[in-house]
Amino acid sequence: MAGKTLYDKVWDAHVVRQEADGTCLLYIDRHLVHEVTSPQAFEGLKIAKRQPWRTASMVAVPDHNIPTKDLDQGITDPVSRLQVETLNENCRDFGVTEFNLGDPRQGIVHVMGSEQGATLPGMTVVCGDSHTSTHGAFGALAHGIGTSEVEHVMATQCLIQKKMKNMRVNVNGKVGFGVTAKDIVLTIIGEIGTAGGTGYAIEFAGEAIRDLSIEGRMTVCNMAIEAGARAGMIAVDDTTIEYVKGRPYAPKPEQWEAAVSAWRDLHSDADAVFDCEVNLDAASIKPQVTWGTSPEMVLAVDGIVPDPAKETDPVKANSIRAALKYMGLEANTPIDQVQVDKVFIGSCTNSRIEDLRAAAAVAKGRKLASNIKLAMVVPGSGLVKRQAEQEGLDQIFLAAGFEWREPGCSMCLAMNADRLEPGERCASTSNRNFEGRQGQGGRTHLVSPAMAAAAAVTGHFVDVRQL
Amino acid sequence: MEKFTVHQGLVVPLDRANVDTDAIIPKQYLKSIKRTGFGPTLFDDWRYTEPGEPGMDHSKRAVNQDFVLNFPRYGGASILIARENFGCGSSREHAVWALDDYGIRVVIAPSFADIFFNNSFKSGLLPIYLDAASVERLFKEVEANPGYQLTIDLAAQNVITPSGDKLAFEIDAFRKFCLLNGLDDIGLTLQHASDIQAYETKRKQTAPWLFN
Repeated sequence: MAGKTLYDKVWDAHVVRQEADGTCLLYIDRHLVHEVTSPQAFEGLKIAKRQPWRTASMVAVPDHNIPTKDLDQGITDPVSRLQVETLNENCRDFGVTEFNLGDPRQGIVHVMGSEQGATLPGMTVVCGDSHTSTHGAFGALAHGIGTSEVEHVMATQCLIQKKMKNMRVNVNGKVGFGVTAKDIVLTIIGEIGTAGGTGYAIEFAGEAIRDLSIEGRMTVCNMAIEAGARAGMIAVDDTTIEYVKGRPYAPKPEQWEAAVSAWRDLHSDADAVFDCEVNLDAASIKPQVTWGTSPEMVLAVDGIVPDPAKETDPVKANSIRAALKYMGLEANTPIDQVQVDKVFIGSCTNSRIEDLRAAAAVAKGRKLASNIKLAMVVPGSGLVKRQAEQEGLDQIFLAAGFEWREPGCSMCLAMNADRLEPGERCASTSNRNFEGRQGQGGRTHLVSPAMAAAAAVTGHFVDVRQL
Repeated sequence: MEKFTVHQGLVVPLDRANVDTDAIIPKQYLKSIKRTGFGPTLFDDWRYTEPGEPGMDHSKRAVNQDFVLNFPRYGGASILIARENFGCGSSREHAVWALDDYGIRVVIAPSFADIFFNNSFKSGLLPIYLDAASVERLFKEVEANPGYQLTIDLAAQNVITPSGDKLAFEIDAFRKFCLLNGLDDIGLTLQHASDIQAYETKRKQTAPWLFN
């Protein structure tokens, strides 16, 4: 019998029961909750007079609606305020732990979860947010769910699911200088396409992945969903275990050895069989910039914007035409000649301390280019913000002309006041370049933190390795 | 949940691939704490020529006459056809609620994003995937024939064209059962409460740190 993949192992350990057609009840260990996708679920519980099955499995935090400045005035948008107050009220009513505004642990749900050790190796983790795939960096099976499923997990501690297929993406060899986790995952998405991982759990493997810190691994797994895969996973190793040790939700000292011993098995067996396997050469990966309105529309920084006339598939040619029009770009333009108006460094993809360090290293001693209307840095959590300030990163950003903001999702999806105006072009470290994502008519180019900082100080996309 | 058995309705063609859930329902409307009322802002950025915000009277906003949902011939459509990877991106179930609230009961495409596909069944919206050639045929027929309707027979798993051709589709047995009977997942799962408890008891012994 063939060995098991990492996904097989975590899946098998969580099957409560299986029906004849393969439909399973899958037990959920950790349920992360935020204000946008939970109110209707809590309301459903109340209407049906149900209690959460295991309240201790839930950790809640408001993030999507949170303003990133003038917090002393509270949330001034009444609709946003009601949503956050509704979360507070629901957490109080049901006894759910919540890190509310003003708590240093408050921040983006996917930054907070790992920072607190609330996501552990081998867990099943869900959240009403597609970027829950982030937590797969710990060898957890983690994915986003809709609000009905949020209610289902609250009420039953289970999800109704069928097993996905197994894909492995091997990034072989070492990446070159100046190439980051973001460039790796954008390259993967460009390679397999935005639907390439649909129906699969993707395991990211290979030397270049092993070499990444946990934060880099989170960046890669975060964007598994942009390749269509609900879940991305990376095997557990010393890096994982070192990161988890001592965090508030980590196993207690008397549980630690048994936990580590169990975690040591969280890797694919040597003879495991994958339904699909993709190989990439790490050394050939360059810094990436998206040019279009889907994350698969991505180029190396020395590339040129594609020409629909050269595309033979009519559906794809139409997509390129529509994207060029929306993005205000001409075919065949070198991407490094494209000027930007705003820069956003933040989001669950790239707002952790290493991301801020990488951006600060570029910003240090430089100034925003004159055409940059706004460059903002939004730390992923209060704790990230505090650490960055202790390291003096805030002063580097402020000296260069960046704004230093309060934690939250911010302009990744522009549910708060941080947004692009129609036609504005943004170098963004977030995860989605969809039409209108950062504000109606806004034009988003996805890049790494270092590349975003480089665009801020030069005014256009530029190969950060040559600065 | 409303039962889904046989549905006949007018078809609207949305000729785009990778339609994401941000496009289906933009973020500003996710601030609602309700499940209803998202229909008027379905495809908001494409449907209106001016920006929309929650609380507006959407019936007074200028509509984009070039957007297919606004063509008079597709008024009252309940079946949407689209291209590959429909519903990609954000997990927001509001996308399904918006389609449902607008009156869409069925979406037909060559492929769907996983989370959207899964969410659809929870509100009785039926996502049907057909091969790309069949979807291409439907696009051609609907554009050529004003008033073009399809009939969806869930029990028989057929999409029936006006000429009587039957295009068979696949659906998971459990999901079909729930849709046909309008069943609530949570009630069904709680019938297995003793299995869940037994799993937890065992798991607490082998991996107690998961229950801290």
